[in-house]
Amino acid sequence: METSKVIHAIYNDDDVLMSAVKKVKAERYHIEEIYTPFPVHGLDKAMGLAPTRIAIASFIYGCIGLTVAIIMMNFIMIEDWPQDIGGKPSFSYLENMPAFVPIMFELTVFFAAHLMVITFYLRSRMWPFKKSENPDPRTTDDHFLMEIPVDGNEDALTKLLKESGAVEINLIDKAH
Amino acid sequence: MYTFSNKLRTFSFALIILGLLGVGYGFMTSHKSLEEVKTMLTEEASTHGGSHEAAATHGISKDSHSNTTHEVSEEDAHAEHVQHQIANRPWSALYVAAFFFMMISLGILAFYAIQIASQAGWSPVLFRVMEGMTSYLLPGALIVLGIAAASHYIGHNNIFMWMDPEVTNPESEHYDKLIDGKSSFLNVPWFIIRGLIFIAGWSLYRHFSRKFSIAQDTAEDSSNFKKAFRIAAGFLVFFIYTESMMSWDWIMSVDPHWFSTLFGWYVFASMFVSGITVLSLITIYLKSRNYLEFVNENHLHDVAKFMFAFSIFWTYLWFSQFMLIWYSNIPEEVTYFVTRFSDYKLPFLGMVVMNFVFPILMLMNADYKRIPWFVVMTGLVILVGHYIDIFVMIMPATVGDRWFIGIPEISSILLFAGLFILVVFTALTKAPLLVKGYPFRKESEHFHY
Repeated sequence: METSKVIHAIYNDDDVLMSAVKKVKAERYHIEEIYTPFPVHGLDKAMGLAPTRIAIASFIYGCIGLTVAIIMMNFIMIEDWPQDIGGKPSFSYLENMPAFVPIMFELTVFFAAHLMVITFYLRSRMWPFKKSENPDPRTTDDHFLMEIPVDGNEDALTKLLKESGAVEINLIDKAH
Repeated sequence: MYTFSNKLRTFSFALIILGLLGVGYGFMTSHKSLEEVKTMLTEEASTHGGSHEAAATHGISKDSHSNTTHEVSEEDAHAEHVQHQIANRPWSALYVAAFFFMMISLGILAFYAIQIASQAGWSPVLFRVMEGMTSYLLPGALIVLGIAAASHYIGHNNIFMWMDPEVTNPESEHYDKLIDGKSSFLNVPWFIIRGLIFIAGWSLYRHFSRKFSIAQDTAEDSSNFKKAFRIAAGFLVFFIYTESMMSWDWIMSVDPHWFSTLFGWYVFASMFVSGITVLSLITIYLKSRNYLEFVNENHLHDVAKFMFAFSIFWTYLWFSQFMLIWYSNIPEEVTYFVTRFSDYKLPFLGMVVMNFVFPILMLMNADYKRIPWFVVMTGLVILVGHYIDIFVMIMPATVGDRWFIGIPEISSILLFAGLFILVVFTALTKAPLLVKGYPFRKESEHFHY
C-alpha cells in the first residue's frame, strides 16, 4: 500500500487560520484540505480554490424543471385528458397557459433546489452511510485543521506553521 | 459636499423647457371639433379597410358608459366619444409622467425608512443619495394631485370620469348608478382632502428624518438616530395604508367600476423597483463624477440585488392579479384585461419582457451586478418598462385605443425628468454625501459581500 506523509496543523481561531493560510500560500506550499467547524468567510479565496460553478448547474436545473413542467402540463391537460374547467376548454396550450404558470414556477424551483443539493453532496463525496473523512473530531467543535502534504521539506514547513500560530503540528502517514 | 455642475443644471432646464413646449403643443392640438373627428374617422375607416375596428371600439366605449343613452345617431355618439378621448390624451400623458416621477421618490422614501427601521448595515453610505431623491416627493406629489384637481376644475374631467357631476345626477342621461353608490368616497373635495393627508404624512416623515439625519452628523450621542428609528417604524405603518389608498384614488379610480384587492401592492412593487433603480443610476452617476468615494462595487451589488428581486416581485403581483381575474372570468372584472389585450397588447405584454425577462437574465449573474454600465443599461430598460406599466394603468380608461407614445407623452416625461433632476441634485448639494455620525456608518463603509 502506498503511503504519503501529510502535516496536520491545528489552529484555534479563524482569524489566525486565515493569516496562516495566506502565509503558507505565499511560501508556495500546496494546501490539501482545511477542516473547520463553521464556514470561514473568504477562506476559499485565500486558499486559491476555483470559484464554485454550482450557480451554473442550478440555472441549468431550473431550465430542465421549466421544460419538464411545460411538456408535462401539455401532456396531462391538453393531449391525454382534456377537460373543461370553469368554462375554459383545455384544447389549446397557449390559451390555457396562464393556468400552468404556477406549475412552471414551482417545478423550476423544485428542480433547481433539489438537484443542486444532490449535486453538492455528490461533488463533496457525501452519501448516506458514508464514513466520516474528518481526521480530528475537534474540528467539529472549536478547532481548525490544515492538511499539507510533505515532500522531504517537513522541517521548514513545521517552522513556518509554528510561526503562523498553529497550536499543534502532527506528521501523519496517510494510507491510500 | 456635492456641487451641482452647470452642465447638468443646464441640461435639466433644457429638459423642462422642451417638455413644456411639447406639453403645450399637446394641449393645443387636442381640441378637435366634431366635424374634424368625423372626417378623421372616415379616413381611418377607408385606410383600415372597413368599419370593423370602429365597431369594436364602440363596443368597448359603450361598455364603459353603460348607462349612457345617446339620442344622437350611433355615428355621432362614436365621434363624440373619440373627440373626448383625443382631448383626454395630453392630460393623461402629463398625469402618467407626473405620477411616474413622484412614485420614484415615494418608493425610495419607503426604502429609506426600511433601511433605518431594520438598522441595515450595508446601506448608510447611500442615505444621502436617498434623502436627495425624496426631496422631490413634496413637489412631485402636489403636482400629481394638482393635475388631478385641474382636470376637474379647468379641464372636462379628462382623467377621472367619476368627477363628472353628471354621472351622479339621477336626472342626467349620463347617470351611473354604480359610481353614484361610491360617491360618498369618490367625490372631488374628499379626494383632494385625502390626497393632502397622504402628502402631509409622507412629507412630515421626510422632513423629520432628514432633520435627524443631518443633526446626527455632529451629535455627541445617538439620540437623533433613535428618534429617526422610531419615526421610520411609525412611518412604515402609515405608508402601507396610505400608499394603498393613494393607488386606489390616483390610479384605480380611473376605472371606477373595476377594482382589484391587490392593486396597492402592485403599485407599490412598481414604485419600489423604480425607486431602487433610480438610486443605482444616481449613485453610479455620482461615482463617475468622483463623488461617493466610500461607495464601492459591494454596495452596487446589493442595490442591483434589490432591482433583481423586486422585478420578480412585481411580476409575481402582476401575474397574480391577472391570473385570478382571467380564471374567474367575471365580466365586470375581466373587462379590465380585455381592453388591455385588445388595444394595448404590445405595451401590456412588452412591459413583462422589459420588467421581468430582461432583468432576470441580465442581473442573475453575481458578477454582472457589480459592473456599473451593465446595471445602468438594465436600469434604463426597467425604468422604461415601469413607465409603460403606469401608462397601461391610466390610458385605457381615458384615451381608449387612441393611444400613442408621441409628443405629449415624451414631452411630459422630459418635463418631469428635468424637474426631478433639478430638485434632487439641488437637494444633494445641501448636505455632505456621507452620514458621518450614523452609528452604522463604519459597518457600511467596510461592507463586503
